[in-house]
Amino acid sequence: MKALSIRGLTKTYRNGVKALRGIDLDVDEGGFFALLGPNGAGKTTTIGIITSLVTKTSGSVQVFGYDIEHELARAKSCIGVVPQEINFNQFEKIFKIVVNQAGFYGLPRRKALERAEHYLRQLQLWEKRDHIARSLSGGMKRRLMIARALVHEPRLLILDEPTAGVDIEIRRSMWGFLREINGQGTTIILTTHYLEEAESLCRNIAIIDDGRIIENDTMARVIGKLSQETFVLNFREPVSDPPSLPGYVTRMTDDHTLEIDVSKEQGLNAIFGKLTESGHEVVSMRNKVNRLEELFMRLVESRGASGAGGS
Amino acid sequence: MATTRTLGRSGEPSLARAHRIGLETIVRREYGRIIRIWGQTLLPPVVTATLYFIIFGSLIGRRIGQMGGYDYMQFIAPGLIMMSVITNSYGNVVSSFFGAKFGKHIEELLVAPLPNWLIVLGYISGGVMRGLLVGLVVTLVSLFFTHVPVHHPLLVVASVLLTAVVFSLGGFFNAIFAKNFDQISWFPTFVLTPMTYLGGVFYSVSLLPDWAETMSYANPILYMVNAFRYGFLGASDVSLGVAFAIMGTFAIVMFTVVVTLMNRGTGIRE
Repeated sequence: MKALSIRGLTKTYRNGVKALRGIDLDVDEGGFFALLGPNGAGKTTTIGIITSLVTKTSGSVQVFGYDIEHELARAKSCIGVVPQEINFNQFEKIFKIVVNQAGFYGLPRRKALERAEHYLRQLQLWEKRDHIARSLSGGMKRRLMIARALVHEPRLLILDEPTAGVDIEIRRSMWGFLREINGQGTTIILTTHYLEEAESLCRNIAIIDDGRIIENDTMARVIGKLSQETFVLNFREPVSDPPSLPGYVTRMTDDHTLEIDVSKEQGLNAIFGKLTESGHEVVSMRNKVNRLEELFMRLVESRGASGAGGS
Repeated sequence: MATTRTLGRSGEPSLARAHRIGLETIVRREYGRIIRIWGQTLLPPVVTATLYFIIFGSLIGRRIGQMGGYDYMQFIAPGLIMMSVITNSYGNVVSSFFGAKFGKHIEELLVAPLPNWLIVLGYISGGVMRGLLVGLVVTLVSLFFTHVPVHHPLLVVASVLLTAVVFSLGGFFNAIFAKNFDQISWFPTFVLTPMTYLGGVFYSVSLLPDWAETMSYANPILYMVNAFRYGFLGASDVSLGVAFAIMGTFAIVMFTVVVTLMNRGTGIRE
């Protein structure tokens, strides 16, 4: 079954801005899906329409088969949403925020109290339950929004930039938590600026740019489309002349560092062989940018270039 | 962040039950807000009412003598109670709903499977609660200054309830369109307060020149104050039937308008 099915979705704001220009998107039940795009591409508008915070101009959206136009309450009850911006009452106590949200979804009081405790404990916020929300750190506020979104145990969890501004330790811990939630059957849709996050967590990906879906496939196939990667090699000793590596495009960025473009057909063994022969000792190597990031930039740039050419 | 989902999925509760729980939650939250900020919600009306009773009732009222067959203090008591109910039911909803819009936590309600009429009903219940609580407190204050007879208790309850509903809806209407805090204080300051003062709280409209008396009948607050006063004193400047018809009509029309605006997403959805 499709957790989410979008057809021909458009949105034109009152100021004339066309945020969505007819997108189609399917997310399978149980999937972990990344929706990526540059700022202003239409990610948050798409999420806003799915969660009914934004009114669509045309097209259809179905959540687990419930059309948001005709069965909105049913569709809403399937969704939990973690928005990009803080949207709880900052002067309310943490426990009350989560309990109230359970009540808004029709959970009886006793169950609401149980669930709120359960998820606040899971997200390590139980000790803070009687604190005013405003007193929480940025990372805790994000976790509070996740606990609130999960309290009615939605079948589809939508997270809009959930780890923005969160330190790396908490980010990794949240990744683990999201993987487990997904493992238990919750479909997850994620937007993020951390492409490493999308590559690490998601099995499927759609890239949206200027209100259109420009790529929609499994993560493995999308990454497979990357024809070339750039590696950065660090030498133990300073190098005065760049080493000779026929067939490869290389650049010395300083006397210890070499950048080298490697296409899919070329291996890395030959590079190391030649460097060893010429007496260059490599102490470390890394991708210049994240693979997904590289692909993302190429897709967006090539679209930008073709768009500029056409206008 | 360990995840052991020990609790099962909620299933699909009946819509009516889910709505009842949703409404209870909004009302409980609104009640909690009124009590939590009692220094802003319940205390100021006590101070204001006490000053009115001291200045207009005890000091000036003694020189005025009787009005409508009652001591001036007895005459103004129902009007002052009603004035507090109007101001507070309006103020509660306008500040609570606009605050939720401003702080974006209105989204908690908008993403939940709650119909808009129920969200409106929840906020209106909060406004009515505060209006009645403040009305009760001001009534207790009035008992320190005068004896207020109650001729028709049901009329007292019906008129105060309807008035609180109408002005709670008024507050909601204001909050829907408000874009900043100035716009939630503009209407109470420049429209509501003058209308309340000119709505027969401190005087019987029969004392006014003909043209002013005629104009006063266009003020809906006059009917509310007089229906309420009739419940206490058995005396009114207006027909009770007309008064309740006006209050009922305002309540129904305003509820319909506010729910329609919510359904259209005015002020809350892009």
